[in-house]
Amino acid sequence: MADAAAAPMSGAGWRKALLMSPALAWLALLIVLPHAELAVLSFREQAGLRHYVPSLSHYREFFHEPEYWHTFVRTAWMSIVATFATLCLAFPIAWVIAKIARGRAAAWLFLACMIPFWISETVRTLGWMILLRETGVLPAVLVKLGIVAHPVELLYHDTTIMVGLIYNSMLFMIVPLVSSLESLDNALIEAAYDLGANGLTVLRKIVIPHAAPGITAGCIIVFMLTLGDYITPTLLGGKDSGWFTEQIYTEFITRFDWGQGAAFGFLLLVLSTLIVIAGLKLSGQRFGDVMGRT
Amino acid sequence: MNQPDLTAQSVVKRFGDHVAVDSISFEVARGSFFSILGPSGCGKTTLLRMIAGFLEPDGGEIAIGGRTMRGVAPNRRPVNMVFQQLALFPMMSVGENVEFGLARRGVARTERRNKAGAMLERVGLAGAAAKRVDELSGGQRQRVAIARSLVLEPTLLLLDEPLGALDLKLREHMKIELKQLQAEFGTTFVYITHDQSEALVLSDHVGVMNHGRFEQIGTPQDLYYRPRTPFVAGFVGDSNRLTGRATDVAGDRVRVDTGDGWTVEARREGAVADGDAVEVFVRPEAATLSRAGESGSAPHEGTVESLLFDGAKSAVLLRERRSRREVRVALPQTGEFADLRTGEPIAFRFDAARAVCFRVRSDRDG
Ligand SMILES: Nc1ncnc2c1ncn2[C@@H]1O[C@H](COP(=O)(O)OP(=O)(O)O)[C@@H](O)[C@H]1O
Ligand SMILES: [Mg+2]
Repeated sequence: MADAAAAPMSGAGWRKALLMSPALAWLALLIVLPHAELAVLSFREQAGLRHYVPSLSHYREFFHEPEYWHTFVRTAWMSIVATFATLCLAFPIAWVIAKIARGRAAAWLFLACMIPFWISETVRTLGWMILLRETGVLPAVLVKLGIVAHPVELLYHDTTIMVGLIYNSMLFMIVPLVSSLESLDNALIEAAYDLGANGLTVLRKIVIPHAAPGITAGCIIVFMLTLGDYITPTLLGGKDSGWFTEQIYTEFITRFDWGQGAAFGFLLLVLSTLIVIAGLKLSGQRFGDVMGRT
Repeated sequence: MNQPDLTAQSVVKRFGDHVAVDSISFEVARGSFFSILGPSGCGKTTLLRMIAGFLEPDGGEIAIGGRTMRGVAPNRRPVNMVFQQLALFPMMSVGENVEFGLARRGVARTERRNKAGAMLERVGLAGAAAKRVDELSGGQRQRVAIARSLVLEPTLLLLDEPLGALDLKLREHMKIELKQLQAEFGTTFVYITHDQSEALVLSDHVGVMNHGRFEQIGTPQDLYYRPRTPFVAGFVGDSNRLTGRATDVAGDRVRVDTGDGWTVEARREGAVADGDAVEVFVRPEAATLSRAGESGSAPHEGTVESLLFDGAKSAVLLRERRSRREVRVALPQTGEFADLRTGEPIAFRFDAARAVCFRVRSDRDG
C-alpha cells in the first residue's frame, strides 16, 4: 500500500481521482465541514461576550430535560414502527411487480408507485391536510356515509403522522425489494413446493433469505428518511408533533441556541447509526453486502 | 404387468391457441426408466410440469400410483422433480438442501441429519453436508439435486434435461451414474431429453415426442431398428434420407426410384402403393462398402467425397454416381477401407431389410 502511494501517480490513477472528485468535494463541503462546525458548536459553552469554553453542558441538558429525550425516544420508536409497516405494505406490492405482473403491466405498476414523487413533499403533505382536516373531504364523506355523526379532526394524531410517513417511504422500500425479488429464480420457489413446502415455508426459507439484502437496504433508507423527516410530522402532527427534527429546528431558529441544536443534531446522528447497526446485527447482514447487492 | 406408477390419458395443454401438449397417453411401469425424447419446443417440459403439478392439464387425466392427480397441489404429490437448472437453494448448505424435504414432513432433526448423510454417501458425496452449494462442481451439484429428491423416496422422479448444463465429458460420465442410481434405488424415473443418445443409453422405454404428440413409444431397440414414423427414423440415430417414388411393391419390399436415375430397395413401413411419393431412411451401418470393379461388387456405385474419422463411429461420405446424392456409409471396424482416398471410385450396397420406406403424407391425408 505504502509503495503504491509513494510511486508517482499513473495516468489511470489521475483519471480515477478526477472521476472521484465530485463525490469527494460533495463529502467534504456538505458533510464533513458542517459536521466539524456542528461538533465545535455542540461541545462548547458561552462563558462571556464572544468567549467560549469547552463543555458538555448541551449534552447534559438533553439528559436532564425529560421532554427532550422523550421526544427523542418517541421519534426513534415511531420511525421503527413506520419502517416495519412500510416493509409489510411494500412487500406484496414488490412481489406483484417482480413476480406476477409481466412486461408493460409491471412497468405501469412501478410508474404508479413513482407518480406521487412528481409532486414535492410539501405540496403532497398539504394535500393530505386538505383531505383530513375537520372541514376536509374525508370527515365530510364519513358523515355522509353515516359512520360518524359530526365531522372529526383527522389531523394531528400519531396515526396520521404514521400514514404520512409510510406514504412517503413506500417507493424507497419498493425499489430495493423489487430488484432483489426479481433476481430470485422462480425455479427455487417451485423446487421448494415440489419438496413439500407450503407458501409460508417458501416465504420464510427461500424468499426472505434471498431478499434479505434488499429488505435491509430498504429498511435502512426508509428509517433514515423517516427519522430525519421534518415536513410530514410537522404538518400532519401539528405544533406538538413531538418529532426530534422539530426540536432541532426550534433550537436553531426559534431559540437561536445553535450549540444546543448542534448537540441534538449529533445525538440524532449517533442514534440513527446505532439503530442501523443493531438492525444489521439482528438480521445478520453486513453493510457492504447490503449496499453492494442492491 | 404390475400396476403402472404413472398413467397419462389424453392429456392436453394449450397456451392461447397453441397446443403445447396434444392428447398424449402413456404408461410408465413401476421401477422403470422412461424417457421423453423430442426436439426443443415440442412440449416436453410442459408435459413434465403437468405431472409435477405446476400446470393443470386442459384435458385428460394423470394418475400416479393409481391415484388421480386432478386438483392435487405439487407439494402433495408423491413426485419429485430435478429441475433443468437444478434449483439448489443457495442460501442453504448441501446438507440443508437434502434435509429440506424431510423437514417439511416433520422428520426429527437427528433422523433428518442421518438420512441426509446416508443419502449423500450413496451419491458419492460423503462429508459434503457442511459445504456451500457454490463450492461444488457441476457434477457434484447434479448429485445433490438428485439426492435431495431421492431422500424423500418418491413414487416417481421427474428429471428435466438434468445433464444439459454439463460439459460433454461430464455428461457421458453422469449418464452412466444416473443409470446405476436408478437401478440401485429402483425408483421410477421419467426423464426428459432432446439428446437421442441419452434416451437410448438410459431408458427402458422412450416416448418420441414431436409437436406435442408422441410419435412412437417403445424400447430403444424398437425405435432404432423399427421406427414407425419418418420423424422417429430421422430423429433417433443417424440416417441417410432419400426421397423418391415407389415403383414396385411386393410384400414388405419396395423398389424406390429416386427420380434422378438411382433405384434402391427398402422395407415398407405402413401402407405404400405403386407410384406413391416415399422417403427412405438408411442408417450408415446398414450399408456395406466394396472395392469398385471387384468381382461380385455391390449394386450401387459412387466416389469418395470425404473420410469422417471418429473412432468406432468413423464413416465415409460418398456421392452416388448417377443421382449425385450424398450418402454416408459406416467404415467397418476391421480397418479395411481405412486407406480410401478422396475421389476414389467405390461400390456399396444397402441391406434392404434395414432400409425403411414411408409413404410421404401429403396435407390432404391430414
Ligand atoms: N407459460 C407458457 N406460456 C405460453 N407458451 C408456453 C408456455 N410454456 C411453454 N410454452 C410454449 O409451449 C411450447 C412447448 O414448450 P416446452 O414444453 O417448454 O418445450 P420443450 O421443453 O420441449 O423445449 C413452446 O412452443 C413454448 O413456447
Ligand atoms: Mg424444456
